[in-house]
Amino acid sequence: MTNNNEPATINENGVAEWQLLLYIAGQTPKSIKALSNIKKYAEEHLKGKYSIEIIDLLKSPQLAEGDQILAVPTLVRKFPEPIRKIIGDLSNEERVLVGLNIKPLNK
Amino acid sequence: MQRDSFNDSEKFVFPKAPTGVDGLDEITEGGFPKGRPTLICGGAGCGKTLLSMQFLIKGITEFNEPGVFMSFEEPSHDLTLNVKSLGFDLEQLKADKKLVVDHVRVERSEIEEAGEYDLDGLFIRLGYAIDSINATRVVLDTLESLFAGLDNQAILRAELRRLFHWLKEKGVTAVITGERGESTLTRQGLEEYVSDCVILLDHRVIEQVSTRRLRIVKYRGSTHGTNEYPFLIDEDGISVLPITSLKLDNEVSSDIVSTGVPGLGEMFNGGGFYRGSNILVSGTAGTAKTTIACYFADEQCKKKEKTIYFAFEESPQQLVRNMKSIGLNLQKHIDEGYLQIHSSRPSLNGLELHLLTLRKLIKEYKPTTIIIDPISNLISVGSEQEVRSMLVRLIDLVKVNNITALFTSLNKQTDTFRPDLAEESVSSLVDTWITVRDMEGMGERNRGIFIIKSRGMGHSNQVREFIITGNGIELLDIEIGPEGILTGAARHSNEINKRLTEIKLQNELDRKDREIARKRKVLEANIEALRNEFESVEEELSLLKATEEMQEKAARLKKQDNDK
Repeated sequence: MTNNNEPATINENGVAEWQLLLYIAGQTPKSIKALSNIKKYAEEHLKGKYSIEIIDLLKSPQLAEGDQILAVPTLVRKFPEPIRKIIGDLSNEERVLVGLNIKPLNK
Repeated sequence: MQRDSFNDSEKFVFPKAPTGVDGLDEITEGGFPKGRPTLICGGAGCGKTLLSMQFLIKGITEFNEPGVFMSFEEPSHDLTLNVKSLGFDLEQLKADKKLVVDHVRVERSEIEEAGEYDLDGLFIRLGYAIDSINATRVVLDTLESLFAGLDNQAILRAELRRLFHWLKEKGVTAVITGERGESTLTRQGLEEYVSDCVILLDHRVIEQVSTRRLRIVKYRGSTHGTNEYPFLIDEDGISVLPITSLKLDNEVSSDIVSTGVPGLGEMFNGGGFYRGSNILVSGTAGTAKTTIACYFADEQCKKKEKTIYFAFEESPQQLVRNMKSIGLNLQKHIDEGYLQIHSSRPSLNGLELHLLTLRKLIKEYKPTTIIIDPISNLISVGSEQEVRSMLVRLIDLVKVNNITALFTSLNKQTDTFRPDLAEESVSSLVDTWITVRDMEGMGERNRGIFIIKSRGMGHSNQVREFIITGNGIELLDIEIGPEGILTGAARHSNEINKRLTEIKLQNELDRKDREIARKRKVLEANIEALRNEFESVEEELSLLKATEEMQEKAARLKKQDNDK
């Protein structure tokens, strides 16, 4: 279940592209909301340099251990490092952007 | 409670999952509630993780119940290492598909909360782990870490409630650990959610000696022991010591076991101690309590009775050497496997630990005789009340196992010979009480032994003196002087006096005999003289008689002549 908007590239500044993983447990209202939220933010702030992978834990529960998934939905920023996790339906845009380090705190 | 309503035809047994933890199953009367969550709470370092781990591992190894260990604190390999020293091989169990260890890392710095969420991820992980090995036992250690990692307490609490419900639905026997809070059992009030069975662990240090204790705070649907039970963590994991599971209904034996001390057996009408009874040998310092104990041990070993000797004062080597000097070869019994000597300082452990060690040894080695030398040393590690309760338990323990136990007790040197603490504590519990004591006088010290009591057996009331020589103990015959019994030099001088008197008497008798002989001789001489005298008188008289007869004859003849 991948949703690649752009092929994986590294731009000329040497900054890696953004790899995002969204862990969900079935098509719940929370996960649908989270997906639409992150898509919106990514389009807005990271256009052209991000990928979002959606992992449904109901289908592949063994993947939960690897990324230490506890709560759903969880958005994991795989790259750039360090790994960041944002849990919840991502309705709080400010916190998502701060959490992903797209935007510094209190700007 | 629930039990009573089912006492018609078949007795209802509350379904329980045995923990496999030594002693805990006795207190919980079978284990943790099956298919329900149990909360184990306690302060840091009191053994929560270990207890839950043991529950899981014993479940796998002894009851064939696979288990999932979900750790919120320690990584999997740390856990493996920690319990390896206790003889549990987690890697092997994992490879056998009997155990899943899942480390859930909750790192606050990595997690940002943005909006609504639930803990389905955790549920899925746990569910996946359970299903992958068909686990029936689950441990969550320590769930409270979640509170440190997640901000939204409202969601968390709702989710925890859901989690416990879910665990119950799954039908797994779950153990949840929780850190002890200040006024609540757990810091986050987990006891609110887990209400079936709550166990509280405690680790206390009293006068530099630490004791771990366990208490069942509640157990729904079942009776259970309510006291605080001491428990021990050693190389075999946790073992709990039930206190009140002891009843006075042990079997008794009329067998007699020999005392081993020559002469002592005769002081008892039965010729020794009853098997399974307990004997207290008390006395002041240097009255040969240990020697008597070793004699007893030696005797039992000779009869191929397994014996354990707990020495709280001497090392095994020292004991063996010392006993060799009086002709006892304990090494031989050790080599043959009939004797074990365990030496430790009483202050090494708390009282309960000593008792637990004892219990373990009794279970493993199955001795028929144990010796504790001296029991009074244990007092240094506990208060009077503790010591008493410990001794009661100890004595009950050996009685239940029909073990003949001999304790020595050192009492303080007092003039009154009143029993001190150790004696007071045990005197009403022991069946036989022998006292050895110093008898001072005439510039020397002698040892005396007497029996204070012997339940169910008549016994001598005498104070017997005994001596210890290179050949061992010897009880001497009673020697009574004008002021009571005599010992040592007094006995010696008394013996000399007696011998002198005897010689005198003999001399007197001899003299009398000689006198009689002399008298007889004199008498006989007198008789001879009288007889001689008589003979001469007789001779004279017969001569006279003959003369008179002659004269008469002559007169008659004269008359005849005149008549003519």
